[in-house]
Amino acid sequence: MFPEADEQGMPVMDLDSQKYIKIWQGPNHPGVTGNMSLELTISGDEIMHAKTHVGYLHRGFEKLFERRRYIQCFPTCIRMCVPEPDINEYNLARGTELLAGIDVPPMADWIRMLVLEMARLQVLLRMVPGQAGTIGLGLGAQWGLYYRELILDRFEELTGGRIYHMYILPGGVRGLLPDGFKDRLEDNLKKVESFMKDIDRLIYSNAVFKKRTKGIGIIPNDWIEPYGITGPVARAAGYQTDIRLDYPYLFYNQLEFDYNLEHESDVFARFRVRRKDVDTTVDLLRQIMAKMPDKGDFKAETPNVLHWKVPKGETIVRCESSRGEYTFYMVADGSMYPRRINLRGPSYTHAVAVLEKLLINANISDVSPIMVSLATCPPEIER
Amino acid sequence: MNELIDHIKARFPIYDVIESQPGQIFVSLEASKLIPMITSLKTNHGFTVLVIFTAVDWIEDDKFQITYVLNNPKEKQDLGIRVFIHRDDATMESIHHLWKHAATFQRELKEMFGIDFPGSPGVDDPFLLEGWDNIPPMRRDFDTKKYSEETYFPRPGRETNDPATFMKQMLYPDD
Amino acid sequence: MSEKKQTEQDKFLAPENKKHTVIGPDGEEIQVDPLNDYFCTDLPKVEAPYKGVLEKFLNWARAESLWVLSYGTGCGSIELPPLFSPRFDAYRFGVAMRPTPRQSGVLIISGYLAVKTLKRVIRSYEQMQNPKYVIALGSCTINGGMYWDSYNTINRLDHYLPVDVYIAGCMPRPEAILAGFNKLKERIKSGNAEGANEYIEKLEWYKANQKKIIKDWNMPTYNW
Ligand code: SF4
Repeated sequence: MFPEADEQGMPVMDLDSQKYIKIWQGPNHPGVTGNMSLELTISGDEIMHAKTHVGYLHRGFEKLFERRRYIQCFPTCIRMCVPEPDINEYNLARGTELLAGIDVPPMADWIRMLVLEMARLQVLLRMVPGQAGTIGLGLGAQWGLYYRELILDRFEELTGGRIYHMYILPGGVRGLLPDGFKDRLEDNLKKVESFMKDIDRLIYSNAVFKKRTKGIGIIPNDWIEPYGITGPVARAAGYQTDIRLDYPYLFYNQLEFDYNLEHESDVFARFRVRRKDVDTTVDLLRQIMAKMPDKGDFKAETPNVLHWKVPKGETIVRCESSRGEYTFYMVADGSMYPRRINLRGPSYTHAVAVLEKLLINANISDVSPIMVSLATCPPEIER
Repeated sequence: MNELIDHIKARFPIYDVIESQPGQIFVSLEASKLIPMITSLKTNHGFTVLVIFTAVDWIEDDKFQITYVLNNPKEKQDLGIRVFIHRDDATMESIHHLWKHAATFQRELKEMFGIDFPGSPGVDDPFLLEGWDNIPPMRRDFDTKKYSEETYFPRPGRETNDPATFMKQMLYPDD
Repeated sequence: MSEKKQTEQDKFLAPENKKHTVIGPDGEEIQVDPLNDYFCTDLPKVEAPYKGVLEKFLNWARAESLWVLSYGTGCGSIELPPLFSPRFDAYRFGVAMRPTPRQSGVLIISGYLAVKTLKRVIRSYEQMQNPKYVIALGSCTINGGMYWDSYNTINRLDHYLPVDVYIAGCMPRPEAILAGFNKLKERIKSGNAEGANEYIEKLEWYKANQKKIIKDWNMPTYNW
């Protein structure tokens, strides 16, 4: 029954032999991932071969940056990752500051940290309940969207935008927190916490959910470094990685938190790591609000942004997104336009190399839980 | 980190060593020495993670810079290696045997810059574009604005201003 | 189809779509040409609206049950799930999400369209049953928006599909999308939303535009 291999070790599957069928999953997507398609060759309901096709959202950002000044890059770059735009702003701002040698006032760094954690919470509130949708339990996702709206309200109050904020600029942020902001955020956090208790009962102790997600999509420990796996997926395999702890940026070294580890490395373990991440994020938000100063300078002096020449150099900046390590590589050539800005997100390997390998011999109904557990996000593969 | 650089210097001809941030060093190297150096870094020095693998087009010098950023998760160090190749016959040795996801990067570089990596699995398959028949789009001599205007029916009446002159007119109309 | 065109098309064909021989269960050989055998090559016809009260009644019925194809194409697709969540609750306007084009009447283009997606979107649109409507979200569909100079995203949607309602914004808020739905309802009730017929009347022009940018056109002209 198993396909024979040719001399390169690739399986030979003759579609005309009527043993194999080729089907496409996508480019429409199951729930919370983005538009990408999987070309699956199946035999019965077992997957024999999988190939990822991306490019449905390719906009050529890296080409567009060649024609944009540094400040013009900001409104463009945040559209690179739609669910969690703020990490793009932060990385680009931080990279520009490093290249240009600008020091950021501490107040701005605290606010940036608050914004990044709020963005993470917002994503997780969509991810964590939404992942049960992949096996047909859509109720949690509906609830989750309501609680996500609460966080979006806070964003709207702080920055004026629901999804795209453009709040972090090189040199600092655009403003201070409004009066009473912390109280209202604390209110929302309480609601989120009680909602998470519901989610625990609805999803994590649901027998069907457990049965469907335990023991599938196991990533062995020795794949992690050769495949470049990061973030929650690596942590679910017991691999200690979290950019916030390993390469502390902003003031993460002043906060108390730890790696959220699991060891089974199956789909359920990855979902558990995300669930623990919610608690960590809520806790971090509280710590940030308690520790941050009330007033202070929130923007450093920068040159006139329309004539800003950034000196020659290159650097990499990384931060921890909800999906894993998110890295920018920036090259400046001394002109007003960046020479090259390259983004490498976690999905770059998760959605292509890892997913193609993981799907082999999986059942066809397990494709979407596996895909969602890897948190594939095509916009950051194709930019 | 400095020890490591001294150690590498003794064995490989690296130049242009720049520390861009603490724990983050960029070096340049001849293209032919790349595979031995990366292999040695990976097996002997703990640089087991490939973070970034991309190219920069230096069209003035007629060169492509290919950057490999390796990461050492134990010591928390990053080492960026730049190699330069000619734009005309852009060919580079493949590293797909060292990292599994390197083949994806190479597929993208082949499509976007036209850099060939002989032997890399699936390197000729289209990755992001479908039916592309122009020069590879990330090359600097490809003009995306011109291409867009010729191909995609720009809406009449849409204005584009140079931001510097436009802001000057808005803020200081009298000058 | 002329000989030359055929070979040009063959260049892009997937291997399983080329002409080939299949061995049947009893060992007989069957020649298949998937493009002509599996697809209908007839071009569509204009469906003239009814007259008078009947058309009014039908339009009222159409306007009150807008079923949306849940296919998100751009950034805007992130604002669509909240639209169907308790806070904005589009269901009260008779708007519901459907998973397949065969069941839906409204196609929402929720943002920029890369060329590769455009091909899929056209296919989805042509598979939808009449009457069908298109809502375009965001400035990307109007004039290219953020990506006006990008080499891979289209600038004007109305050159490829007939658009009924544009919703401006980058990205439009859920409230704006709801207002857009109401606008579409008004348009349908007044009998102006004849996009599907317009598409068929001007099919040649639309197809020429589509083929200009989809360079590896390897399928039948309509509804492949
Ligand atoms: S209009 Fe704005 S939000 Fe909508 S797809 Fe375009 S860039 Fe994204």
